[in-house]
Amino acid sequence: MKRRTFFKVTTTLAATLVAGAAFAQDNIIVGAVAPKTGPLAGGAAVTHWPNIQLWVEEVNERGGLNVGGEQRMLEVIEYDDQTNPAETIKAVQRLAQQDNADIILAPYSTGLNIAAAPIFDRLGFPQITSSAATDQIGDLSGQFNDMFFLLGRSTDLAEDAVEVLTDLREAGEIGNRVAMVNVADAFGIELMAVAKPAVEAAGFELVYETSYPLGTQDLSPIMKAVKGADPDAFVAWSYPPDTFGLTEQAMIEELDVKAFYTAVATAFPAFAGRFGAAAEGVMGIGGVNTASPEFMDYAARHEAATGAKPDYWASGMMYASLQILEEAIETTGTLDMAEVTQFIKDNAFETVMGTIDFDEQNSNTAYWTVGQWQGGEFKGIKETGRDGAVEPILKSGWE
Amino acid sequence: MKRADWQNLGWGAALLVVAALLPLTGDGYLISLGVSIAMYTVLATSWALFSGPTHYISLATAAFFGIGTYVMGSGIEYINYWLLLPIAGLIGGVIAALVGLATLRLSGVYFVIFTLGLAEMTRQAVTWYQNQTGHKGTYVLTELTDPHIYWQLLALAALVFLLGWAIGRSKLGFALRIIGDDEDVARHVGINTALSKVALFVVSGATAAIVGAMIAPRYIYIEPATAFTPMLSFQVVIMALLGGTGRLWGPLVGVIPFTLLWEAISSSFLNQTTLLLGLSFLAIVYLLPGGFVGLYDRLRGRAKKRSAMA
Repeated sequence: MKRRTFFKVTTTLAATLVAGAAFAQDNIIVGAVAPKTGPLAGGAAVTHWPNIQLWVEEVNERGGLNVGGEQRMLEVIEYDDQTNPAETIKAVQRLAQQDNADIILAPYSTGLNIAAAPIFDRLGFPQITSSAATDQIGDLSGQFNDMFFLLGRSTDLAEDAVEVLTDLREAGEIGNRVAMVNVADAFGIELMAVAKPAVEAAGFELVYETSYPLGTQDLSPIMKAVKGADPDAFVAWSYPPDTFGLTEQAMIEELDVKAFYTAVATAFPAFAGRFGAAAEGVMGIGGVNTASPEFMDYAARHEAATGAKPDYWASGMMYASLQILEEAIETTGTLDMAEVTQFIKDNAFETVMGTIDFDEQNSNTAYWTVGQWQGGEFKGIKETGRDGAVEPILKSGWE
Repeated sequence: MKRADWQNLGWGAALLVVAALLPLTGDGYLISLGVSIAMYTVLATSWALFSGPTHYISLATAAFFGIGTYVMGSGIEYINYWLLLPIAGLIGGVIAALVGLATLRLSGVYFVIFTLGLAEMTRQAVTWYQNQTGHKGTYVLTELTDPHIYWQLLALAALVFLLGWAIGRSKLGFALRIIGDDEDVARHVGINTALSKVALFVVSGATAAIVGAMIAPRYIYIEPATAFTPMLSFQVVIMALLGGTGRLWGPLVGVIPFTLLWEAISSSFLNQTTLLLGLSFLAIVYLLPGGFVGLYDRLRGRAKKRSAMA
């Protein structure tokens, strides 16, 4: 190598290094950990990761976050926790201590969020969960003061679905016969445990009830038995693969019910993508106010930035959690997380999902519980204090 | 005991004390790495106690780990934490004995297949029970933090090492080595081969169950998918083989580099983790057939030969 070239190379290298260092100093390091592999990778790819991408792109396009009068760009460091709680814990530690993250975003799903709660608590980062549904909100936020809950209590999600059926029956729209199934896994069992007594208390006749193991491929015997029991309403506390599987079997069997409910993933855009017009009238867990200008604007931006539509349940909540964090940082003008957390506790926030005001248990008490596919959109029909719920429609055939 | 034994014990105790000082650094990241290393050390060492001498590859670690996790998860509301640890060990041990009695009379390959299915079977049994009883989520909310869990695992590791050392010196250890060399010969010289194998399988099953119970407060929310993850069984086997099962300290020298390698890969190559992991497995098998223990013995043998020639 000639001497001059060597000199040139080293100076360029040095300049890049200096520039790199200066650049890194100004940036706000955002730590993100969630599944990219393992059983929950599919859900995280729909609900979690695209929102981080969208948010960071938007903030950086605006010139970054305003922290105490200084515009600072966001820089994301992502880790895959392989859907393994031990990896989530370790990744959060790594983000805080090796990568010196200024903010760490809450992980994905109920289990991984709860496993990470002690670490967030000890490191003093606010953990605004948007994909954790649990009945232990009081206990958890009592022990981990920096943990916030957007998605609500699992009991409400199940009870409200039963209430929708009760209302339809009271209105004389459907009969008294209910068939109810569940996937035999954590959340499916939990929802069934709440819904079964609720159905019985509401005076319904439970004409068919069964459960199936996680990962069951052939759901046709179940749907045949459901059809044989001749129900007026069908409810499945299901997970993504079986939500699709059961709906498909119901089409094949031409299950003739006026109310058809499947749980997790009914709110995914892929559900309508898969079933098209047959999705019309299918009810499911979640929902949003699709008519609100804030949500419509968000959905359009989400699609433009990531190439995919947001789902109609937790996606908006995930984005709302980022909006809350953003507002708390800009208003307090600091990256001091204790101050940011206190601000989140003390204030109400305007988000794409409407106003969010945490109660004394750090819980958002106003959320969507039941939605329904109507005219190509999954509209919220039942909530615990949100505006814009539409009237449910009856399911009429699978054409 | 010979002088060398005392010396080894002394070294072991000194290493244990040094390891126990780790949480004093106050570095949470180091401590969480330490928890991983301590957990896999216990699991891999107790695995090798059974599989090392007998050459029976057990893929049941996840099953016992999950059982321990669920014992803690379902008992913590009613029973003291410290009582639950031995209870978990006891239940794990009893199940290992039943499984061992049923399968260890069979030859190796049947045993591998059966243990592979055991984790899934136990998981299904747990979900079946939860489904029948209308279960509403398992939570283990305690005051225990990572340093506490780390120290508990270290103490358990010390126990396992002592036990392994004692077994190695006992008649049972001798019997197992003969079984590993030739099971027919062992039977002909009057060793109760089934009983010896079951005894060691119970030790490794009980240990894995206690580890599961100790880790439960770390996960807080217990789900079948995370308690019975089959990945765990494979990781333990790979780590133990990387270290080598010929010696008691073999798995330990496999666990430490493997955990660090895994950490380096998963933090630097987000989207190629599985690929790189597979490549490192291949490298391990090709370059280190006997694990680090084999390498150490080979090098020592070569050095001896050289000194003999000189």
